Amino acid sequence: MEEKIVKLSQLPPYGTAEVAFIKECTIKRRLSGLGINEGAQLIRLFSASGGDPTAYSVRGTVVALRKSDAENIMVRGVDKWV
Amino acid sequence: MGLTRHIEGRHSNSITDVKFTVALMGNPNVGKSTVFNALTGLSRHTGNWTGKTVDSAAGFMKDDSGIEIYDLPGCYSLDATSPEEEIARDFIMSGKADCTVIVCDASCLERNLNIVLQTLDITKKAIICVNLVDEAQKHGITVDGNALSKLLGVPVFLTNASKKEGLSELSKGIRESVSAKHDSPERPQCPPASRWKDAESISKLVVSTDTDAQGARQLKLDRLLTGRITGKLIMLLMLSLVFFITMVGANYPSELLSRLFDFLLESIRSGLNGLCVSERFVSAICDGMLSTLMTVVSVMLPPMAIFFPLFTFMEDIGLLPRIAFNLDRSFSKCGSCGKQALTCCMGFGCNAAGVIGCRIIESPKERLIAILTNSFIPCNGRFPTLTALITVFFAAGAGVLSGITHALILTGLILLSLCAVFAASKLLSCTVLRGQRSSFILELPPFRKPRIGQLIIRSVLDRTLFVLARAVIVAIPAGLVIWLLKNCGGEVSWLDSLVGMLNPIGRVMGMDGVILMAFILGIPANELVMPLMLMIYSGAGTFSGFGAESLPLILSANGWGLNTAICVLLLMLFHSPCATTLLTIKKETHSFGWTFLAFLLPSLTGVALCLVFNVLWQAFGLS
Repeated sequence: MEEKIVKLSQLPPYGTAEVAFIKECTIKRRLSGLGINEGAQLIRLFSASGGDPTAYSVRGTVVALRKSDAENIMVRGVDKWV
Repeated sequence: MGLTRHIEGRHSNSITDVKFTVALMGNPNVGKSTVFNALTGLSRHTGNWTGKTVDSAAGFMKDDSGIEIYDLPGCYSLDATSPEEEIARDFIMSGKADCTVIVCDASCLERNLNIVLQTLDITKKAIICVNLVDEAQKHGITVDGNALSKLLGVPVFLTNASKKEGLSELSKGIRESVSAKHDSPERPQCPPASRWKDAESISKLVVSTDTDAQGARQLKLDRLLTGRITGKLIMLLMLSLVFFITMVGANYPSELLSRLFDFLLESIRSGLNGLCVSERFVSAICDGMLSTLMTVVSVMLPPMAIFFPLFTFMEDIGLLPRIAFNLDRSFSKCGSCGKQALTCCMGFGCNAAGVIGCRIIESPKERLIAILTNSFIPCNGRFPTLTALITVFFAAGAGVLSGITHALILTGLILLSLCAVFAASKLLSCTVLRGQRSSFILELPPFRKPRIGQLIIRSVLDRTLFVLARAVIVAIPAGLVIWLLKNCGGEVSWLDSLVGMLNPIGRVMGMDGVILMAFILGIPANELVMPLMLMIYSGAGTFSGFGAESLPLILSANGWGLNTAICVLLLMLFHSPCATTLLTIKKETHSFGWTFLAFLLPSLTGVALCLVFNVLWQAFGLS
């Protein structure tokens, strides 16, 4: 079965996924420092009261990302959590 | 808030020779500063948010072993993607440290292991301190220190720095490590690409997880705080509540202090008169220096002593990053980012501290916007003046009801200043600071239960007394200047002629020359504005106390109406940053131009708002 690769911003609330790759962008190295890199497991948590940014759980921590930044992160194996 | 203390940060009775140097490093918000404070006995500010400590400090270990510890700014990796990471990396690479202590958060060891592995590759001697183990335990996470030590080949210590657990073992480990002849055993270098894989597998071997009941509760709280309606509502309620407690709580002690000082002042005066020194000298001391000083203390101390612990509480619990998270969208629409909310919050304490805090903003354009607009947020030096004027001029009902009204009016004023921050940011990003929309990446730390006792002691001793001391230092010379201006000159004193010159400008702005004079003389510190104003009103040599009873009388005797009070409130919110803040802005931007703009922006806003308000007030014939 071929796995679909989607943008992190398309992950449904409380869905989990694994990072497939990150597009070349200015924040790629900073994301990597926070543990968001190829192979990392992510869970989408809650969004801010205005709808953006959104908090994601990664490697035991919670990191907030704007939608425009999350669009550079491509994920696969999207699954519903809980 | 503790500005110079950060930069000095050295033991006062320091031993002269440094025998060994130890670097303290690790991810942001893992408790490095708490470990540092516990090891050195110093008191750096700590808070539950990423970027609380943006500079480095040094101090000697408490045990007189001659080991100097450097507390490096927190960083996620040594790839040098931010100025803080560069500082940390350069320090580690320089080989200056005899030993590097890497502080980790037990509840997210995997993430922390990245920088651990990176550091172990480039250092000879390292120690790992796994901190916050009790918090991790609450989340069902246990770390096997022995297994981690075997896997990495370096000593590992488990600590709870805030409860001082495991610290004696850690300091013993540091002493053994720096004096050991041999280095840590050579490890096979791990290629950068597989570092995260290694971190994952090590973490799997040493960390055991249980069900996380605490995590589920925290998630619920987070959803409430960031909910579409609840998020905004809770933020507003918290703000009003803090103001309510501050205003109601400060009234009584303020009155008491002012009475006590009146009594003291009269005793000192009669004492000095008894010594047969010249009458003018006694007047210069009592009516000039001492009365200004005492007014500053009685007006400033009570609100500060209540506000700072409340603020520290919100900081320790982890609320600030949630506020930044919620406000990011609004800030991004104005060409900035949510981290500016953090610097604004720091501005409530002290604008100079807020300006330094702007270092957490990565994009240079957004950092400048945050620096230039920080003085729009009323700092603690302006707060008591705002509360005093609101209490006098907006009397409504009695007791709790009036307290609520006052708190709501103050909240309204703060929202107005927040709107001004948004408007000024938008203006700057559309004109002089155009540029790419950047990103917002912020870690949301877990909520932590603050230790109340510690919190009160720290915020009163470090913040309140520090800020007060700074105000006192400028109050004495400023009081003398006013006294000299008042008592020198011929028929008309210099002060009167200066006030006379300012009078027409003041009238157009809905106030008078005295008020403008006080604002100008108050540039060294905002705390001075109100006391100086009252000093000038009180006339030469006839000084009486400025308690809550006399304040309305003095003001109304000098022609103050509701419109005057509103204009002064507006000018109090928006005027030139104080001298300390201006110097800090110069230091942070390295530019006279930006510093001048930082002065011009709030000043013009204040003057314009006063003019417009006064014109409208006159037009509707309300006066």
